Amino acid sequence: MPEQNAVEMRGVTKRYPRVVACDCVDLDVRRGEIHAIIGENGAGKSTLMKILYGMVRPDEGSIRLNGTSLIGHAPSDSIKLGLGMVHQHFMLIDPFTVAENVVLGIEPVRAGLLVDGQAARERVERLSSEYGLALDPDERIENLSVGLEQRAEIVKVLYRGADILILDEPTGVLTPQEVAELFLVLRSLRQSGRTIIFITHKLNEVIELADRVTVMRDGRVTGVVSASETTPGELARMMVGRDVLLRVERGEATQGEPVLAVSKLSAVGRKGAHVLDQVNLEIRSGEILGIAGVQGNGQTELVDVITGLHAASSGNVMLSGTDITNRRPRVIRDMGVAHVPEDRLARGLVPEFTVAENLVLGNQHHAEYCHHGLIDVVKIEEHARELIAEHDLRPADPSVRASHLSGGNQQKLIVAREFDSDPALLVASQPTRGVDIGAIEFVHTSILKMRDAGAAVLLVSAELSEIMTLSDRIAVMYGGRIVAEFEGGTVTEEDLGCYMTGAANDSRGQATAEGAA
Amino acid sequence: MFELAVFDSALRMATPLILASLGGLFSERSGVVNIALEGILLTGAFASILATYYTGDPWVGVVAGVFAGILVSLIHAAVAVIFKADQIVSGVAINLLAAGATQFLTWITWGSSSNSPTVEGMAHWSLPEAWGPVARGINVIIGHYPPLVYVALVAVAVAHVVLWHTPFGLRLRATGEHPAAVDALGVSVKKMRFAGVLLSGALAGLGGAFLALNTHQFVKNMSAGRGYIALAAMIFGKWNPVGAAAACLLFGYAEAVQMGLQGQQVPSQFVQMIPYILTMIALVGVIGRARPPAALGKPY
Repeated sequence: MPEQNAVEMRGVTKRYPRVVACDCVDLDVRRGEIHAIIGENGAGKSTLMKILYGMVRPDEGSIRLNGTSLIGHAPSDSIKLGLGMVHQHFMLIDPFTVAENVVLGIEPVRAGLLVDGQAARERVERLSSEYGLALDPDERIENLSVGLEQRAEIVKVLYRGADILILDEPTGVLTPQEVAELFLVLRSLRQSGRTIIFITHKLNEVIELADRVTVMRDGRVTGVVSASETTPGELARMMVGRDVLLRVERGEATQGEPVLAVSKLSAVGRKGAHVLDQVNLEIRSGEILGIAGVQGNGQTELVDVITGLHAASSGNVMLSGTDITNRRPRVIRDMGVAHVPEDRLARGLVPEFTVAENLVLGNQHHAEYCHHGLIDVVKIEEHARELIAEHDLRPADPSVRASHLSGGNQQKLIVAREFDSDPALLVASQPTRGVDIGAIEFVHTSILKMRDAGAAVLLVSAELSEIMTLSDRIAVMYGGRIVAEFEGGTVTEEDLGCYMTGAANDSRGQATAEGAA
Repeated sequence: MFELAVFDSALRMATPLILASLGGLFSERSGVVNIALEGILLTGAFASILATYYTGDPWVGVVAGVFAGILVSLIHAAVAVIFKADQIVSGVAINLLAAGATQFLTWITWGSSSNSPTVEGMAHWSLPEAWGPVARGINVIIGHYPPLVYVALVAVAVAHVVLWHTPFGLRLRATGEHPAAVDALGVSVKKMRFAGVLLSGALAGLGGAFLALNTHQFVKNMSAGRGYIALAAMIFGKWNPVGAAAACLLFGYAEAVQMGLQGQQVPSQFVQMIPYILTMIALVGVIGRARPPAALGKPY
């Protein structure tokens, strides 16, 4: 009997007005395997999965799911055939309970027309205990951590009887411990005979978890390999089309005087909670301090207070000996603080402005670009052309709107602008979130160059590997405090993860002592 | 201010508000802002009088009011859900259209630019006197209301059960919170939102029918801002049927008091402001935050 594939896609093509998202893609997923699909942002992985799921209609090509041909299908058709998808941005209703989210659309009914809450709870409990997905069915989604939300998503898919699960970038938002737990769950699902399609751009995860790998680039499949017979380097080459530095080389730098000194800094959040609690830190010139932490533990507020975007309630921020606490952002910028914000579309640039306008944003009032209250358009365009050439921004056109750039190029634009002014302090928050490997390499190299040129760097990132690669020192934030500090290279990701989740909080004093030793 | 007559009048005032705000609730819980309630009330009022005038049967008028409400809300649903246009603009346009169209049709039909002739109202429901003194007692207390008053009160309970205890309600509320999630589960967002908006048309149309039949005639612009007050009551009631109905009773009471105060030193405009002031207080979160459906007003 021939081996039956769980998924077969042949010649699938999807064209959008400006780009071909999927170009004659073939995909075979064998029953009972964990199949990784990797590729950079915009390579077409997510589009391909949305086509399979029925959320996007392909222009050409054929799809077979569990042996049945699908033409012009909707999500309800693929769900019936046993396909389930855990979306990158969770599809959960915040004010609903876990149980309500799980049964939504296929509700158990009592008395002919009422939702049977008890049956819903029992189903959730049974499914979650079967695969080690501990979950309280009565808890509201808005009270859950990201890791638990993901479990709710997986239970939701299993409740629908899925035997093929698609997980779209499932590890991006998880701590290392949560990733380890997720992998256990996925392996036990494979054990039970289910097929798993795993979309990611993290190469080591592919090698660790997957059986086979399909690599995509620019909407095409560039390779199908067995995970045990490949290396991260080979996968990266197939993804990017050239050799890539997966880890930038970090030389020793000479550290000088303290540039940033934060002492006993506290701040109150929008809801009145203490989001920063007596934070102390110091960064010297030529030094990168990495802040690790699960999102929402005060990192955002720390960055905002330092850059003047959020008020401190007590404590102070000193920049090279000058008190900049609660000064206006423009004053702080003009004193030599550059800021790569975590949400580039909200704070990094104005999407509807041109590249040239965005490249001068924040400096538009300087005498160089502004005479007698009027903007010097010619000068701004000249300046833009220089930066575009220097940083290889694409497309190389100052008049294009920033919203038309890829995520990677938008980030390069911000880096080009912020680094242009030779800042004394660089504050970089999630500098590589959602950008491709090529742009990551560029951003990392640029940050190290700034350090080598004598800038002090505050790096906040949810990507532990990024923190580990770049930082000279690493601080961990939890609950608005710095709970541990380490010299770079003296700590493992697992240890950091422990502090990030508060698991190691009791031994906080000890850890700080270790870090200092 | 606290006589039985005032409560009696408050309940009548509140009835069209309750029906319209329940309508608003179904629409907004599905994610569609329905500011067109005002126009739907007015259209329902006109249609019910028109049908009663020609048939002589107010119950036919009620059906016509509901039907007209559904027709008008169909326009809103098509504009907002299929063409994904701005829901506020669509609602305002419908309100202006309804005001003009009903006045024009009044003139065409009855040759008057302001009102219709009077028609037969609805007979009150009461228990047969032959059932004895208990039945007579009940009649004294609750037997003097038009039937739609009871329909409105029962509708509150039904709406609560439908929204919180049926699969339809769960899906409707989910659509208002996170339509993409509902879509991904294979439930049609379009169908849910159409259902929400059309239900709102039916209920507001019913409210309009009550409004007109209670005064036995159609008067131009007789909705007089009640659609907006119903919307305000829904927000004040935090998008819950029972809360919205309670707010409507409060606003109805304010209206009844205002009518009682006419001719005295308190200007009626002050009392008319009450619903809107209370709504603003609710919006800024003085009585606990009112949280609208997350995807309210966002086309999908």
